[in-house]
Amino acid sequence: MTTVAVDKLLEVRHVEKRFGGLTALSDVSLSIHRGEIYGLIGPNGAGKTTLFNVLTGIYRPDRGALAFAGRNLIGLKPFRIVEAGLARTFQNIRLFGNMTALENVMVGRHVRTRAGVIGAVFRGPRTCEEEDAIHKRARELLDYVGIARHANSLSKNLSYGDQRRLEIARALATEPQLLALDEPAAGMNATETANLRKLLTRIRDDGVTILLIEHDVKLVMGLCDRVAVLDYGKRIAEGPPQEVQKNPAVIQAYLGGALP
Amino acid sequence: MIAPFAARFKHWKRDRRALWVGYAMIAVALAVLPFLVDNTLGRTWVRVIDFALIYAMLALGLNIVVGFAGLLDLGYIAFYAVGAYTWALLASPQFGLHLPFWLILPIGFVAAGFFGVLLGAPTLRLRGDYLAIVTLGFGEIVRIFLNNLDHPVNITNGPIGINLIDPVMIGGVSLTKTHEILGIEFSGTHIYYYLLLLLVMATIFVCVRLEDSRLGRAWIAIREDETAAQAMGINTRNVKLLAFAMGASFGGIAGGLFSSFQGFVSPESFILLESIMVLCMVVLGGMGHVAGVVLGTFLLAVLPEVLRHGASPVQQQLFGKVILDPESLRMMLFGLALILVMLLRPSGLWPSPIRRREFADAKADS
Repeated sequence: MTTVAVDKLLEVRHVEKRFGGLTALSDVSLSIHRGEIYGLIGPNGAGKTTLFNVLTGIYRPDRGALAFAGRNLIGLKPFRIVEAGLARTFQNIRLFGNMTALENVMVGRHVRTRAGVIGAVFRGPRTCEEEDAIHKRARELLDYVGIARHANSLSKNLSYGDQRRLEIARALATEPQLLALDEPAAGMNATETANLRKLLTRIRDDGVTILLIEHDVKLVMGLCDRVAVLDYGKRIAEGPPQEVQKNPAVIQAYLGGALP
Repeated sequence: MIAPFAARFKHWKRDRRALWVGYAMIAVALAVLPFLVDNTLGRTWVRVIDFALIYAMLALGLNIVVGFAGLLDLGYIAFYAVGAYTWALLASPQFGLHLPFWLILPIGFVAAGFFGVLLGAPTLRLRGDYLAIVTLGFGEIVRIFLNNLDHPVNITNGPIGINLIDPVMIGGVSLTKTHEILGIEFSGTHIYYYLLLLLVMATIFVCVRLEDSRLGRAWIAIREDETAAQAMGINTRNVKLLAFAMGASFGGIAGGLFSSFQGFVSPESFILLESIMVLCMVVLGGMGHVAGVVLGTFLLAVLPEVLRHGASPVQQQLFGKVILDPESLRMMLFGLALILVMLLRPSGLWPSPIRRREFADAKADS
């Protein structure tokens, strides 16, 4: 898949993040184009999750710039970043366990809705309308990711794969332009991974750009339009999967040999 | 589960008649309750019910903080104290101020809410045990302040407390005096019962509405996983402060009414044990479940009184003398009841349907 006009949705420029004496990210630059699935790979401890946390506002970088849809992200609180249109999922699933699947997705609508205390207590026509819309959208999204039948189950009782899907539905409820997924295929079996792959392609085709951090090299290489490789906090390659695969630095650092 | 609004109304229409009959019966029962109690058990028991209603407001307020948002607050009674002293200072001979109740109640509401934010702001980053310790300290600090603000400038009268506090007055008529309306005699205790009942029902209404709203979902999301809530675009700082403020405000109103009903306040009424008592009402009834909290409140507010009045005569009859004095028996049974509830019904006597399911699951898993 080739993008016709390159429209940079997210630009990471010369980002550096240190923890005491350890440099977790040094001079990392990459750009994610609108409408692509962008993969971020690297061996354990390469700084993938650190970069992820820098993007989502949990860490503040020591140096560098982050531009998202033309807007600076540095210094924004996590909820502001969601507001700007960057939603995430977690590597170790973090759902609201004692809320139903539907309610989980409804929470995702929080950032795009308004009702406050007055609205909640008096329930005027506008609040009712908004509640109905939240409800309707949440159901649509559950259906979209294929777990509508579990709408009223507590989310902690869902199967592992369904929990991953629910996390994606919840993130989609915030109407992101960029959906950042932290190892969504971790712990999934072959069938679940294949289904996930279909879902991600569909989300991309529906206009949401995806950033994928993943260990599963096969999934990344098959699914992503472009890939960046991190090693020891440095970006050692960026480009289409076929090119990156042949990059000697990547083979040396990450794959330890040619791919099969 | 949450049904869409439209569907909820459809369901209502079908059962509307049954629902109204039910409501009417409850309303009549609540309306005649004080007279029934007065004529069978005596005036003291109407007073006990009045205090139970004040506690119900407190417990419902605390339920917003602890039950919905999951922020363990052990100093909640401080907001009750703020409300009580606000009323006491603005409507007593202490400063010669006698503001009308419709002015003091909102002031108490706002003052307590402000103190809620004051406590909430520095504790935003704390969770669980650490939050509990700080809130516990806060509760004690407020009480000690009230105890010592009699010098250098006398504001609170210190440990002596403030006396001769104005009751609620409507059109120059005091609500603590006995009045005859339509040939029926209403004592002050009766009138306060209706006043408090009205406020408790309003509180219940607000709580139920809040729980099933965008804000209520945000609170519960924070209780479940604060990091994830933040990643879903919830401004956790504001939403948590709002929980503190809302909870505190209800406490403030309850405090004001307590003050006006008693006609007297002193720091003694706001000790740590009171905070713990209110927390027990929430936990025993069913954290996060409005109906359960009300049940818990009435059990813990009324049963000790039953013991206080019943234990000695019963022992006298059984053994010919009083072996255990009612006060120590009360604490003993109270402890026993709490242990039993935690063992047998860890989610409270009347948990919310979802929490009930949660504990059932935990049992099925183990």
